[in-house]
Amino acid sequence: MLTMLGEGFLVTLQIFFLTLIGSLPLGIVVALGRMSRFKPLALIVRFYISVMRGTPLMLQMFAIYFAPYYVFGIELTTDSKFNATIIAFIINYAAYFAEIYRSGIQSIPKGQYEAAEVLGYSRLQTFGKIVLPQVVKRILPAMGNEIITLVKDTSLAFAIGVAEMFSTAKALVASQVSMVPFVIAAVFYWVFNFVVEVVLNRVEKKLDYYHD
Amino acid sequence: MSDTNPIVRMAHVKKSFGEVEVLKDISLEVYPGEVVAVIGPSGGGKSTLLRCATLLETFDAGELSYGDLQVAHTEGGKAVYGAKDVIKQAKSRFGLVFQNYNLFPHYTVLKNIMDAPVSVQKRDKAEVERQARELIAKMGLEGNEGKVPCELSGGQQQRVSIARALCMNPEIVFFDEPTSALDPELTGEVLKVIKQLATEHMTMVVVTHEMQFARDVADRIVFMDGGVIVEEGPADQVINHPQHKRTQDFLARYENN
Ligand SMILES: Nc1ncnc2c1ncn2[C@@H]1O[C@H](COP(=O)(O)OP(=O)(O)O)[C@@H](O)[C@H]1O
Ligand SMILES: [Mg+2]
Repeated sequence: MLTMLGEGFLVTLQIFFLTLIGSLPLGIVVALGRMSRFKPLALIVRFYISVMRGTPLMLQMFAIYFAPYYVFGIELTTDSKFNATIIAFIINYAAYFAEIYRSGIQSIPKGQYEAAEVLGYSRLQTFGKIVLPQVVKRILPAMGNEIITLVKDTSLAFAIGVAEMFSTAKALVASQVSMVPFVIAAVFYWVFNFVVEVVLNRVEKKLDYYHD
Repeated sequence: MSDTNPIVRMAHVKKSFGEVEVLKDISLEVYPGEVVAVIGPSGGGKSTLLRCATLLETFDAGELSYGDLQVAHTEGGKAVYGAKDVIKQAKSRFGLVFQNYNLFPHYTVLKNIMDAPVSVQKRDKAEVERQARELIAKMGLEGNEGKVPCELSGGQQQRVSIARALCMNPEIVFFDEPTSALDPELTGEVLKVIKQLATEHMTMVVVTHEMQFARDVADRIVFMDGGVIVEEGPADQVINHPQHKRTQDFLARYENN
């Protein structure tokens, strides 16, 4: 039983990390698009964020899963379930992260940009060296909340039939007529989040060397 | 002095924010080694003038050049700015010290000073570090190299920001009320380093409300009010024998408190 749950947990971990790897950078790009002075782009991105935040992630997952078949007539395979899950999670979380990045970016005082401009930093350097590092520190608590939600959201992949930990636990509960798999799964999630919080606290401590 | 070329030359600069004309035909030239103090009541356009000179604002009409480098000229009554590379070159010729320092809070003192010379000017890191450490010593900041700005007093932060500007090897440094954000007991240490720079013939334009400092350190004083240069001349003359009523009134207000 533990082996099966362990295997499910590995899939959960994959969803978690692939989502972060994709959505953390994508969120920055989305945030910049949202703040773009080119109005049509800003508007499109705003619409995208609104749809992502305003509709259920589960629905988005299914939409992305079935789209290749209904739109392009491509046969669906077992892989496409997992892929659809990852894509849906990435673009959904990127929208949430983008709004957090945006609030962080907008909280950086104008004087920082002006100092960088007078010193001749390029726009990319200003963003990468001066703005972003300060933004990361400011948004860490809000990001932490989202990341902890993500740990729990990974169980949504159950609906589409990806064999992550919750699906495995549910199957075991049914076959063994026992609540124990649920309890073990709950412990897994809880420990996972505990570790996430420890890591976040570490990062927060590390960035604690200055305040502004 | 007029046989040499000015470091910076602004001519007939006009700048409006919406309907409000903030700079009304301002002309100012600063020559090598000169220290110019800009004084005047709040809202007179002093900061805007510095911001136009340092390209943080674009003006509507007028000319701006740094030495042989023409940054902006007027065509058909409108200011036309030079190409990107001209702007970039110009930016390496001046420095600006802000009222509230605007240090990078996540960088140490040393990195605040070194980063732009290394990553913007692409200079050799060891050479920049040597210069940065010299500047730190000169600013009386030894022992603070590894500290971050929030660990320093306002006066120390402002001295770091002066060092940051100087490490770019500018031909001229602009100061916008460098001591106005400081507690009175800390202004002296900042004015002292600016004074020191003046004795070394660093070319500087200093917007200030410190009249005594202006008189003692500046070669020339410019009095600005309502977007125009009302009066300018040798420091001693403007402070002790102001010609215009507005200058007299302004200075009288300072003497009274
Ligand atoms: N970004 C801006 N937008 C609109 N008005 C501005 C802006 N910056 C300055 N002003 C106005 O321009 C005038 C001159 O301001 P400023 O140059 O800061 O004067 P000073 O530095 O002499 O106090 C003031 O009336 C101020 O309100
Ligand atoms: Mg001002």
